[in-house]
Amino acid sequence: MADPFLSIQHVKKTFGPTTVVEDFNLDVERGEFVSFLGPSGCGKTTVLRMVAGFEEPTAGSIIVGGKDVTRLKPNQRNVGMVFQAYALFPNLTVAQNVAFGLKVAGVGKAESDKRVAEMLELIKLPQLGDRYPYQLSGGQQQRVALARALAPKPKLLLLDEPLSALDAKVRVSLRDEIRAIQKELGITTIFVTHDQEEALSISDRIAVMYGGKAEQVGTPFEIYNRPATKFVANFVGTLNVLEAVVSDAGSGRVRINAEEIGLKGKLNGSRTGDTLSLALRPEAITLGPRPGHDATLSGEIADVHFLGSVIRVRVGIGGSKISLDTFNNSSTPPPNVGDKAEISFSSGDVLVLH
Amino acid sequence: MKSGKFWAWITFILGAAYFFIPLIATMEFSMRMKRGEYSFEAYRVVLGDPRFQESFTFSVVAAVFTIILGVLLVVPTAYWIRLRLPQLRPVVEFVTLLPLVIPAIVIVFGYIRMYGSNSPLPFLSSDIGTSALLVIGYATLALPYMYRAVDTGLRTIDVRTLTEAAQILGAGWTTIISRVILPNVLIAVLSGAFLTFAIVIGEFTIASLLNRPAFGPYLQNIGANRAYEPAALAIIAFVITWGCMSIIQVLSRFAPKSANRPN
Repeated sequence: MADPFLSIQHVKKTFGPTTVVEDFNLDVERGEFVSFLGPSGCGKTTVLRMVAGFEEPTAGSIIVGGKDVTRLKPNQRNVGMVFQAYALFPNLTVAQNVAFGLKVAGVGKAESDKRVAEMLELIKLPQLGDRYPYQLSGGQQQRVALARALAPKPKLLLLDEPLSALDAKVRVSLRDEIRAIQKELGITTIFVTHDQEEALSISDRIAVMYGGKAEQVGTPFEIYNRPATKFVANFVGTLNVLEAVVSDAGSGRVRINAEEIGLKGKLNGSRTGDTLSLALRPEAITLGPRPGHDATLSGEIADVHFLGSVIRVRVGIGGSKISLDTFNNSSTPPPNVGDKAEISFSSGDVLVLH
Repeated sequence: MKSGKFWAWITFILGAAYFFIPLIATMEFSMRMKRGEYSFEAYRVVLGDPRFQESFTFSVVAAVFTIILGVLLVVPTAYWIRLRLPQLRPVVEFVTLLPLVIPAIVIVFGYIRMYGSNSPLPFLSSDIGTSALLVIGYATLALPYMYRAVDTGLRTIDVRTLTEAAQILGAGWTTIISRVILPNVLIAVLSGAFLTFAIVIGEFTIASLLNRPAFGPYLQNIGANRAYEPAALAIIAFVITWGCMSIIQVLSRFAPKSANRPN
C-alpha cells in the first residue's frame, strides 16, 4: 500500500502485567472499510480505543492522514465514533444530539441546522429531529448516533460493535445501511465486531485478531477460503476437521481411516507418518460423486436436519462427523439416518491446518 | 377487608397520629394568641417582625451560596470518582458521611481556633469572612446529602460512555460537565440543593457560635422569650421544609429519561 490513510505501527498496550495488544500493525487505505474480528478479550476494542485516543499505546504509533496522532487527546483527532450502547445524550433531542459536535466546533447556527437536516435525511429519520432518545427504538437510536458521529465530517469513522445491542432483523438492515452510507461518503471506517457474518458481509478487508495480535488481514474471500492459521480457519465459518496420517509424503497421499486421498503440493514439508489436521468447509462437500471432485470418503449418515431451503447432513467417518449442506429438492427425499453414504470433494478445497 | 390490610391501616393511622398530633397541637396553640378566639395574630406578629425578615433573608442568601459551593465541590468530585477513580469511592463516601458523626459544635470550635484574627487565614476578623466561613460550614453539614443525591443521579447515566461520546465530538472537560453531565443529573442536584436549603434554614449551632444573624438563632431567641410566636415559627419552618420536599418530588418527574433500552 503506497500511501495508507491510517497506519497503525507496532502498537502495543499493557494494563499492569497483562499485555492486551502485542505488536499490532495495519495500514488502511482512504475510503476503506476494515473490520476487526475476534472473540472477546482479543484486543480488538483496545486497538480501536487507541485509534480514538481513549487509551494511549504503551509502544508504537498511530498515523492518520500522514499526521502522528498517537499522543493527541480524543477531542483533537477529528474522529467520529459510534458506541455499542448508543451513548446519545438523554437531555438533548435528536437534532441537538446531531448538532453537538458542530456546536462544539463553533459552526454557525444556519450552517449547523443545514448539516443536521442533511444527516437526518442520510439516516432516513428527517421527521424525528424533535424527539428525545428515549422515544426512539434501539435501531433508530443507533442511526442517530451514526448521524451524530458523521455530522462534524470526521476523517475517520470508528464503529465499536454498533449492532450488538440490536435484534437480528434490525441488525441486518442497519449493517447494510451503514455500508451504503460509508460508500456514499467514502469515509475510512474501522468496524469492531465478534460476529463473523457481519464482518464478512460488509468489509473491504478483515483483520482477524486473537491474543492481542492480528492473525490474518485480508479480504473476506481470502479470510474465508484461505485462512492463514488454525484459529482463523476455526473462528471464521463452519469447519469440518479430519485427522489424517501422511501415507506417502513424496506423492502427497494421506490416509483417513482406511481410505487414501491425494493432496499433492499441500503437505508443506510433512513427512511420511506425520499426523495432520485437514479442514473442509461444508459447502465444498457433496453427497455422492460430482464432476471435478477428485477425493471420496465412505461413511454413514449420522443425522439429518431439515432447515427449509437447505438440508444439513452429518456423515460419520471414522470417529469424526462431517457436516455438509445440500439444497432442498422437493423431488428428492432427504437421506435416512444409518444409510451408507459416500462424500466427495475437491482436494484443492482441503485446508491443511498447521 | 383482609386482616393483613386491616393491620396495615392500623399501623398507618398510628404512625400518622404520632406525626400529626403534635403538629396539630402546635398549630392550634399558635392560633390562640388572642384570648377566646382562634386567629393568625402570632403569624402576623412574626412575619411583621423586621428581625424575622432580616434573619430569614440572611439564611436564604447563605443557603444559595451554600448550594453553589456544594454543587461546585460535589459534582466534579462525584463525576471524577465515577469516571476515573472508582476504587476511591468507599473513601470519599466515608469522608462525606463524617459530618453526620462529628457534631457541628466540634466543627465550629475547630473553625474558631483555626481561623481567628491571628491565623494566616483570618476569616473571623471581618463580617464577610465570618459569613463565608458560615457558608463553608453549612456546605460541610450538607455534604452527606448533596454527595448522595449527585452520586445517585450519576448512577442513572452511563457516565463513561457519555463522556467519551462528548470527547470524540471535540468537547473539553468544561463542556462535558456543563452540557452533558450536569443537565443529566440536574434533578439530583436540585434534590441535594433543596435538602441543603432545609438544613441551612434551621441550622443553629454554627450560626450562633459564629454570631451570625441567621434564622436558626432567631428561632431560638424567640422561643426563649415568647409564648405563641415560637409555635407559629415552628409551623412556618415546617411549611418551608415541606415545600422544599414537594418541589423535589415535582422536579423528579422532569428527570431526563434513560435512552438505553433494547430495540
